[in-house]
Amino acid sequence: MAEILDRLYYGFFYLPTGIYALIVSVLVALCSALLGVTLVLRRFSFIGDGLSHVAFGAMAVAAVVGLTNQMLIAMPVTIVCAILLLKTGGKAKIKGDAAVAMISVGALAIGYLLMNLFPSSASGSISADVCTTLFGSFALVTLTSVEVWLCVVLSVLAVTVFIVFYNKIFAITFDENFAVATGTKAKVYNLITAVLIAVVIVLAMRLVGSLLISALIIFPAISAMRVFKTFKSVTICSAILSVSCTAFGVLLSVVLDTPVGPTIVGVDLIVFFVFWLVGTLKGVKLK
Amino acid sequence: MALIVSKNLSVGYDGVPIVSDINFSVERGDYLAIVGENGAGKTTVMKTVLGLNRAISGEIVFGDGLKKNEIGYLPQQTAVQKDFPASVFEVVISGCLSKTGLRPFYNKAEKRLADEMMEELGIADLKKRPYRELSGGQQQRVLLSRALLSTREILLLDEPVAGLDPLVTAEMYGIIENLNKKGTAIIMITHDLSSALKYANKILYIGSETFFGTKEEFKVSPVGRRFMITGEKENG
Ligand SMILES: Nc1ncnc2c1ncn2[C@@H]1O[C@H](COP(=O)(O)OP(=O)(O)O)[C@@H](O)[C@H]1O
Ligand SMILES: [Mg+2]
Repeated sequence: MAEILDRLYYGFFYLPTGIYALIVSVLVALCSALLGVTLVLRRFSFIGDGLSHVAFGAMAVAAVVGLTNQMLIAMPVTIVCAILLLKTGGKAKIKGDAAVAMISVGALAIGYLLMNLFPSSASGSISADVCTTLFGSFALVTLTSVEVWLCVVLSVLAVTVFIVFYNKIFAITFDENFAVATGTKAKVYNLITAVLIAVVIVLAMRLVGSLLISALIIFPAISAMRVFKTFKSVTICSAILSVSCTAFGVLLSVVLDTPVGPTIVGVDLIVFFVFWLVGTLKGVKLK
Repeated sequence: MALIVSKNLSVGYDGVPIVSDINFSVERGDYLAIVGENGAGKTTVMKTVLGLNRAISGEIVFGDGLKKNEIGYLPQQTAVQKDFPASVFEVVISGCLSKTGLRPFYNKAEKRLADEMMEELGIADLKKRPYRELSGGQQQRVLLSRALLSTREILLLDEPVAGLDPLVTAEMYGIIENLNKKGTAIIMITHDLSSALKYANKILYIGSETFFGTKEEFKVSPVGRRFMITGEKENG
């Protein structure tokens, strides 16, 4: 026990980077969980997956160009793709699905290609670079205070937008046609949603890596839906689950000395099984 | 002046028309039934009236002080709603959304309106229940409450009794008839011709040829006669 505490202290809380990483993780988890609820309910979760690959490609381009703050390229590119994808996804046709698959695989391939053609001098190893971008960094991410502030500001903005438009988001998620017919500007809110998704994905990229972002968006929402049955309770539960699983996952990764991203996703997975079990047992009891 | 007039309307998707030359008008107090075979384009016409689909040609004119977003709409149930986590109250009060404008939350008056509406439609005791666990008839009442919260002027219903058992169907028709008597204009899609003829005063038939007129005119028109015979065959 003392050894675990030691590890947590010297490997984590003792360093400002540790605290930074925890703050950023929790904020990113909160945003992705809030968005996850509408994405999952609108059958749009695949868009999150597609976008994370786009963000990967954009990061690779940024690295090749030699930008120190890669978010500067990744953010606008991902936002534009999010808007395009949500537009085609709204029609819910096979064409939309294929478009997402095309863009995401294309971005993944080009990103990897670029990393090979123009290896960055920093780490010296392509496979390590790729691994980091796909699965998150092995050790705790070291964030500059600028990045932390950017993250804080964007997260606060995302959460505020979500709260202010909560009722509109509910109406559009539940029944877009009705909302539009009675005068809600669904297109504007879809645009806002798209921008928020893109922002969250780019933020989450540093934390869990691009392949695991979908997990952060999907797991809390589907876990909450196993047990809770109103939109408000699902949203709140999903936010709490996401924040606590992520915080726990970050600390666990320090103690076990495992990569952060997969550890968080592992915790999410376990929680999902617990909630699934509770939901199933509740259902049996009712019958 | 009519609430809604459709002039030479042509509807379809991606620029390809499904039905053309639709002319009809709905006045205050009217009960218009839209009938026709499955896939004829009834839902498409309704969506065009609601502004969810762009008309290919022709136009829809709103009159008599009716504003574009002052329309109550009861859509055909979609697959998404079947497992959607939402309480009855959450669904009903979303009918007030057009009233909130830029205000983020519902105010007391709107919450009270929602309560009164649920009382009126006999679902007050379901307020906190999950929507997805209700019976089909209860779900339709919830959606009807939501529609009525956005307006009492005109109500558009897309197959409101599809999938309901006969008893609940009769109840639903009763509720709609009552609303109509209290002054709400009704446009209802149905493929149940006998109830269309029983409750509506105007009929819009959509098919290879279209017809619009009063119920009496429809009964003696060639289109009406043909449709009534095939309708009887279908119902055995
Ligand atoms: N989103 C869509 N895109 C293209 N065609 C559609 C779409 N929705 C319906 N259709 C087609 O339009 C025709 C009319 O459909 P619909 O208006 O739903 O008929 P009804 O309500 O009378 O049964 C059908 O042939 C259907 O296949
Ligand atoms: Mg239809």
